Amino acid sequence: MITTHPHPSEKIHHQVDRNRLLEEFRRLLPPASILTEAEALRPYECDGLSMYRCLPWVVLLPENVEQIQRIMKICSRHGVPVVARGGGTGLAGSALPLENGVLLVLSKLNRILELDPANRLARVQPGVRNIVVSEAARPYGLFYAPDPSSQIACTLGGNIAENAGGVHCLKYGLTTHNVLEVRIVTMDGELVTLGSGGLDGPGLDLLALMVGSEGLLGIAVEIAVKLLPLPEDTQVVMAAFDEVEKAGRAVSEIIAGGLLPAGLEMMDHAIIRAAEDFVGAGYPAEAEAILIVEFDGMREQVEEDLARALGLLDACGAYRLDVAATPADRQKLWAGRKSAFPAAGRISPDYYCMDGTIPRRFLAETLKKIADLSRQYGLAVANVFHAGDGNLHPLILYDAAKSGELARAEQLGGAILEHCIAVGGTITGEHGVGIEKINQMCLQFQANELQQFQAVKRAFDVEGLLNPGKAVPSLHRCAEWGAMHVHQGRLRFSDIERF
Amino acid sequence: MSVSANDQTLKLQQAVAQALAHNTPLNIRGGGSKAFYGRAASGEPLCLREHCGIVNYHPSELVVTARTGTLLTELERILAEESQMLAFEPPHFGETATLGGTIACGFSGPRRPFAGSARDSVLGCRIINGKAEVLSFGGEVIKNVAGFDVSRLMAGAMGTLGVLLEVSLKVLPQPEAERTCRFELPVFGALDRMARLASEPLPVSGLSYDGCALHVRLSGAEKAVRVAAARIGGDQTEDDGGYWRALNEQRLDFFRAETNVWRLSLPPASQPLALSGDWFYDWAGGLRWLKTDEPAEAVFTAAERARGHAVLFKGRNRGADVFQPLTGKLKELNRNIKQAFDPGGLFNPQRMYRDW
Repeated sequence: MITTHPHPSEKIHHQVDRNRLLEEFRRLLPPASILTEAEALRPYECDGLSMYRCLPWVVLLPENVEQIQRIMKICSRHGVPVVARGGGTGLAGSALPLENGVLLVLSKLNRILELDPANRLARVQPGVRNIVVSEAARPYGLFYAPDPSSQIACTLGGNIAENAGGVHCLKYGLTTHNVLEVRIVTMDGELVTLGSGGLDGPGLDLLALMVGSEGLLGIAVEIAVKLLPLPEDTQVVMAAFDEVEKAGRAVSEIIAGGLLPAGLEMMDHAIIRAAEDFVGAGYPAEAEAILIVEFDGMREQVEEDLARALGLLDACGAYRLDVAATPADRQKLWAGRKSAFPAAGRISPDYYCMDGTIPRRFLAETLKKIADLSRQYGLAVANVFHAGDGNLHPLILYDAAKSGELARAEQLGGAILEHCIAVGGTITGEHGVGIEKINQMCLQFQANELQQFQAVKRAFDVEGLLNPGKAVPSLHRCAEWGAMHVHQGRLRFSDIERF
Repeated sequence: MSVSANDQTLKLQQAVAQALAHNTPLNIRGGGSKAFYGRAASGEPLCLREHCGIVNYHPSELVVTARTGTLLTELERILAEESQMLAFEPPHFGETATLGGTIACGFSGPRRPFAGSARDSVLGCRIINGKAEVLSFGGEVIKNVAGFDVSRLMAGAMGTLGVLLEVSLKVLPQPEAERTCRFELPVFGALDRMARLASEPLPVSGLSYDGCALHVRLSGAEKAVRVAAARIGGDQTEDDGGYWRALNEQRLDFFRAETNVWRLSLPPASQPLALSGDWFYDWAGGLRWLKTDEPAEAVFTAAERARGHAVLFKGRNRGADVFQPLTGKLKELNRNIKQAFDPGGLFNPQRMYRDW
């Protein structure tokens, strides 16, 4: 566990007296919406990335949009920073609180405002949980496509902030492809509508900027998402391989063959065994890699796609092909994949989940590199992989109780991310940058690109009060970190003053 | 696969640096096929046409990266050789259409409600900003949440934020078969039918209504398309794309107009708006073309009331408002973003809005 303090260059300084600020909040919020005692604040000290913690200064739980606007106006006037929080399931520490800031918890705004089957949209408040949208849409034969693995707990507001993904992104896209309109409250307390009730909005596409902005640009207070027809049929096949390379080639063949699976997942030997021990999904424990391939849509389409996929998997050397015969079998095949993270938790006291994305053709090379790094740092790594869209989740297994292991796990994770950048990929496919990968942003982007991000930030939040110290690093942070981190023989940010 | 071609990055960067030094506004031009769109252009021409060629294309990645001067026909030909396509079915509006102009205008064709828009397809870009810096955002992978999504912001920005140098796009496999079903229906029946068809798990890839006939395009595996067509009924044609191409390129009779042609983007099931003129419905009702002499203000007001927005797509008065006027904080944010990318106001001044 690391108690974090903001980087000096990213910290917002203010001299505001906490009690006087609380007096202002008490005038607009009921007592139950204001948390100030340590034991009440404790549950909010971290999000899903629990290795980083900070006890918030003040927690507010507003009940409506007007309260949020007034809170923002007060904070803006006093120069007090604000961090928004949804379900607190984020894996990058984007909702990590500040020791001198307000944590704005949106869980009380949890109503579905409108379900409009004719226009195939749902209008919801930001605290509505992801899975609730699909449940509400099901009677109309519709669903909401993005399904992050935390979907029973994560909220739409958080999904907007993180541009949440899931296992069906190759076919259905990420959150950004499934949102029509977002009303935001800006740092100065103004209410603005981005997007429209149609498929595009007026002016510049600010909705594109808002989705995935990790709470740096505005607070999403009302969200209209697109609903899609529920598929008529779904089929899943599990293919086992005795070499990782063969599985990787099968993924490429399926895509190059013109098939568009709803899900295309890969698991390596370590995670297959862990998952099999945990839930007994029926995976072959000796396999070096398995693929789980799902097709959905109209029955005849699914039949044809499945038949072609089976042919390709066979030709690529799959030694076992299990097609789920019933919905229960299908759930069982998925159960192993979906339990991969808790399964890793059973074989190791702690694990650290990475989120790099690579062009798929570098899969075999990347897995070999991870194996080398794993030996070099003396920590085991198990790999699950959204193979369809190149998003890799290496799980670094460590024991926080052993001195130095957490630091080593972080270094190993950093080395994996650097490899992802080197092969033309990215440091984060779906979890976000947050506090966790903020240093690696200095590797992925040049100084002038980071300055462009900072200019975008200022366009929405001129004082930089919204979620400071997350997602976009200061150049001073990069200079300091870069001094320890000479990349490909070049010192980056060499023209920045170091301290 | 990599086709070597002209990389004019340095030359273009120098041209922008010169313009910055002399405070000369630039009119960014590709093939000129969409010069009719937006408010009237002004500034020194900056031609991107020679900055062309495919930079990277691996069919099994479903991603292509090309320089923005690349002809759209050339890009589509290269994808078709691998049985792939641009999912958003961009209109060309002329043989000289380039990738850059297509993304800058953000146009998407009839497939858009079912396969995503131009902006949805964008994965990454390289640009020159108003400080004459060459910057890269996004990348060549389908999932990428590092940094603000600047690449998608560029789609539809009309070149006002920077010079697009390269764009990476997600591509899709071409469907094995296509078929179109046609029904003659009155307008309310057509809107209702479109809403129902778009809510069913059918391989629909086009839903348009011309005021007389509803066209339903199905795309997918041969058998699925055949069975779906049988379920839907109507007069059927094996589709060679003729009707849909004519619609997309605005070569249907409807678009031969002496009046203003408006593009309205609305919630698809919106009731017909009380504006005089002729209507054509695409995108299952979400995109509506209107030929009318109604004053601009009436069209903008009606679109906004219906929770959508309007653009004067082809009009006589390009000095006036062409895009839905913005107000309040939204107007301020748009202006701030323009400032953030192009503080000197170099790129395509007033092409979108008269105040920037």
